[in-house]
Amino acid sequence: MMHAANTAVPQAHENPAYAIPLDEIDVSNPEMYRDNTLWGYFERLRREDPVHYCAKSLFGPYWSVTKYKDIMQVETQPRIFSSDSRRGGVTIMDTNTAVQLPMFIQMDPPQHDEHRKSVSPIVAPENLARLEGIIRKRTGDALDALPVGKEFNWVDDVSINLTTQMLATLFDFPWEDRSKLTFWSDATLALPGDGVVDSEEHRMQIMGECAAYMTRLWNERVNADPRPDLISMMAHDERTRNMTPEEYLGNILLLIVGGNDTTRNSMTGGLLALSQSPDQYAKLCANPALVKSMIPEVIRWQTPLAHMRRTATEDTVLGGKNIAKGDKVVMWYVSGNRDEEAIANPNDFIIDRARPREHLSFGFGIHRCVGNRLAEMQLRILWEELLQRWPKPGQIKVLAEPVRVLSPMIRGYTSMRVRIDA
Amino acid sequence: MIKVTFIEHNGTVRNVEVEEGTSLMDAAVGNLVPGIDGDCGGVSACGTCHLFIEAEWRDKVSPVEETERSMLDFVEDDGPGSRLGCQIKLTRALDGLVARTPVGQH
Repeated sequence: MMHAANTAVPQAHENPAYAIPLDEIDVSNPEMYRDNTLWGYFERLRREDPVHYCAKSLFGPYWSVTKYKDIMQVETQPRIFSSDSRRGGVTIMDTNTAVQLPMFIQMDPPQHDEHRKSVSPIVAPENLARLEGIIRKRTGDALDALPVGKEFNWVDDVSINLTTQMLATLFDFPWEDRSKLTFWSDATLALPGDGVVDSEEHRMQIMGECAAYMTRLWNERVNADPRPDLISMMAHDERTRNMTPEEYLGNILLLIVGGNDTTRNSMTGGLLALSQSPDQYAKLCANPALVKSMIPEVIRWQTPLAHMRRTATEDTVLGGKNIAKGDKVVMWYVSGNRDEEAIANPNDFIIDRARPREHLSFGFGIHRCVGNRLAEMQLRILWEELLQRWPKPGQIKVLAEPVRVLSPMIRGYTSMRVRIDA
Repeated sequence: MIKVTFIEHNGTVRNVEVEEGTSLMDAAVGNLVPGIDGDCGGVSACGTCHLFIEAEWRDKVSPVEETERSMLDFVEDDGPGSRLGCQIKLTRALDGLVARTPVGQH
């Protein structure tokens, strides 16, 4: 049965994280994320070696930044800590051919600024207000189709279903083909051999199909009147209309991945968190207005992207450690979000925190998630609609531990068995 | 105490009083002024306390630093008087300051 694996950190003497030499700790090990055993290792690093060097890993040598304030230091110094794809980009996996594509998350100023500004208006407050109605309608329809009283996979029927619909809406993507969006997103960040892609060649073959499809949509829209979808916006904006094919594919993948895994896994994580904290579930049902402050807490608690990576452009000092030009620096959001010096009772899921948005899940600084308010809105609508239909505490039941993704980047789930009681 | 007036995008006027040394962002968030979020807690790292300083006060507030500039580059409607509220400390010289707040932040 369920245990509060995300919240309970074993005592130091019984935790394997404390049984190995400090310099052998490798928090990039994908198995830690699948098995949900990461917490003790990060707790130890925050206490004993907050900026930690790992000499040998699946992804080569790297620095881990584990405390909230040090992560903030890296985030706000983009000239020293570069995101440029030519230096290694923003993930720990520098051999991934898809994430080596030029995309604005992997550019430094000034190019980054121009590309970001061309897509930012779609998630501006006025536009979100226009999208709210259609998102609510589609969310409600998906929930009304759930099999009440029967066991089902929440990940497929709620989280993937809703985020795929949302992406198709934002891209104005052919509705009947929308599952391709989810597939392309999964293929972008998959580890070869994990069941999604077999090799880098396989990944690039899938990316080629994505590029061909998206180029067709671009060509249709560049010759039509401007419309408020992401492809039309990029095709008509002078800052992006002359992108190279690689830049276009890179930005498309960024927007697909950015709007997919993250929101999907927060949709699953929110229910998991509530099921592990029945007192909070009861509090929510007694006062549904708390959805508003619960959503940022879900995003903190889940931390759907475990890390972002930077590369030092010069020798520098961080947390007392000498970081050399060219070194890989990994900001572990998943650790900073559990840093007791920054967040009170960080291992607890608390739906009415005073400043719930003070978390690292969206990043900070110039690369902060451009869609963060859209993500919050999608999650808020989901919970408002769920509580309308099933308002009793524990009425939506998690039946077993979820199956987690094998990745040091995506903190996610491939399945979670759930039953809704009538 | 320092007096500040916030004018919302729809014209609603709110007068608040805060301790000297409070930031303009904290003055808004602490008094539940709509349209100002302050996600990062006040370190120019999120751009969600964007507001507009009224013309007569623009010369009196502290100048824009580099990090603030880099975040202002991404906010909606960056223009004259555009600032991050977290970077403006309310001194006695700013008693009576007037700022306009946007529809929302992102």
